[in-house]
Amino acid sequence: MTTLLEITGLNTYYGESHILRDVDLTVNSGEMVCLVGRNGVGKTTLLKSVIGLLRARRGDILFEGTLVNRQAPHVRARAGIGYVPQGREIIAQLTVEENLKLGMEALPSGLSQNNKIDSFIYELFPILQEFLSRKGGDLSGGQQQQLAIARALLGKPKLLLLDEPTEGIQPNIVQDIENAVRRIIAETGIGVLLVEQHRHFVRQADRYYAMQRGGIVASGATADLSSEMIQRFLSV
Amino acid sequence: MELFFESLFNGVAIGSVLMVAALGLAIVFGLMGVINLAHGELIMLGAYTTYVVQLIFKLPALQSIYWAYILVAIPLAFVVSGVVGILLERTVIRRLYGNPLETLLATWGVSLILQQFVRSVPLAYASGIIFALLVGFSFPFLLPKKLLDGPSSQLFRAVGWFGSAIFGILLSGGLASQISTISRANSRNVDVTAPKWMRGGLEWMNLTFPVPRLVIIAMTILAVLAVLWFLNRSIWGMRIRAVTQNRSMSDCLGIPTDTVDVLTFGIGSGLAGVAGVAVSLLGSVGPNVGSSYIVGCFMVVVLGGVGNLFGTILASFSIGLLTDLIGAGRLLSLWPNMPSPLAATVDFFATTSMAQVMIFALIVIFLQFRPGGLFPLKGRTVEA
Repeated sequence: MTTLLEITGLNTYYGESHILRDVDLTVNSGEMVCLVGRNGVGKTTLLKSVIGLLRARRGDILFEGTLVNRQAPHVRARAGIGYVPQGREIIAQLTVEENLKLGMEALPSGLSQNNKIDSFIYELFPILQEFLSRKGGDLSGGQQQQLAIARALLGKPKLLLLDEPTEGIQPNIVQDIENAVRRIIAETGIGVLLVEQHRHFVRQADRYYAMQRGGIVASGATADLSSEMIQRFLSV
Repeated sequence: MELFFESLFNGVAIGSVLMVAALGLAIVFGLMGVINLAHGELIMLGAYTTYVVQLIFKLPALQSIYWAYILVAIPLAFVVSGVVGILLERTVIRRLYGNPLETLLATWGVSLILQQFVRSVPLAYASGIIFALLVGFSFPFLLPKKLLDGPSSQLFRAVGWFGSAIFGILLSGGLASQISTISRANSRNVDVTAPKWMRGGLEWMNLTFPVPRLVIIAMTILAVLAVLWFLNRSIWGMRIRAVTQNRSMSDCLGIPTDTVDVLTFGIGSGLAGVAGVAVSLLGSVGPNVGSSYIVGCFMVVVLGGVGNLFGTILASFSIGLLTDLIGAGRLLSLWPNMPSPLAATVDFFATTSMAQVMIFALIVIFLQFRPGGLFPLKGRTVEA
């Protein structure tokens, strides 16, 4: 098990408002790490800082031992960070197939060398194959979520960032997504950094970090996370 | 029936000039959301490129293949305007993404600079400068990557620029010594001589179709098809569409958004150059030729619906047909015994410039009811 992502003393701002305060966090390959915390404590900001949509003002983000603070998102994506944002961000006017192909852009040789969609995606999410020629924006929320995860996986990331993958999605698809994520970790040994409110999904993670007001306030193995603590960090 | 065909042909001809002129803007303004007031000057550069190319083909050595100059002029105009456009994007527009007002002012300034540039710089030297830039920019792509990433990369770059400067000087000197008309600055309009096959017209069913018009229609069709193919079928087209719709997510997926911006802008500007070739076939070429097209281009793009190519196509042909209908007073010939006050009105608008006034007024009225144009589509809101 090697360290994939190592964050030390990270401080991120939105304009002048200080969002993340001295965050330390590590993700190893082959493990699922869950960020828990109430709304507005900076979980999404943390993920955005890791992919590069927000620049860290202070602190270091190391991905596989390389400092990535100053790299643009597309450079980090090509280095092996896959991002599934909150709200899915499917490119609405492009077809499902095109959206999937764009996922392969993050492969080291880029999209021009790879134009065949790996069929393991259809094993994980059979529904996508039926809708290949449909516009991404016409899919339901749950289908879009599956598409967003599939798109990220096609780039063969070493680290997958999942931002609330089960938000506003019907329970049976939540189960599908959970299974898919677990299966990917077991089969490929990638690391997953997950932001989640869904308790059952939180329980699947190996470790957790709990956030409050932009800082990490507790961390440890998920097995040690008592219901009482979940209550404290998750309930609104 | 003849009247119908004549009107249709004229409308399509006017529409295709508008279309080819607006196609580049449909990409730059429609897809990227950049208000580029220097677009007209990129058209002008394309027209001047045609002029220079045809002068070169008039040299004794090439005179026998004079008929083919347009085949050289089209790609060359694309490249020249594209390179100037890329230079403009890299140096000015890139710093102003997300500030439409500043972009508008800055590009207007650039358009004035470009107009004055062709007035006060001899065309031979201008071509030298542009080609030196072109070679200088493409130099890094021609060399193997190893040399450029190596320890003496600075040296190679310097040598590359030096070499392209020499190339530019040689070219401008050569042109100036061979073609005296472009060795001095000339602010007056110049004329492009059409080759023999392009003069006159084709006769069909008692109707005459002027060949330059037919050439422009063919050029427009080819340009539109090429753009549609590129945007919808090629990998870069897919990247452009992705970045257009969701910039930050495209970035997160590994798409180099910077390169996509440069490419999109370069293609849009290059198409302006192709439009310049078309414009040079219609009349004389001068420093102000671009500014006379720019308003029409923006009208077409806005009327069609920003960000929608099919809208642009439909809009330019509707404007073309309307221009012919109003400008040639066709309503009068369709309805000869129109009541006299109405006939007087139709007659009043039956000149090219008044028809323009009428059409712009109609567009303004139309946009009151459908502010999004014919096909409203959510375009990209450019972020910083």
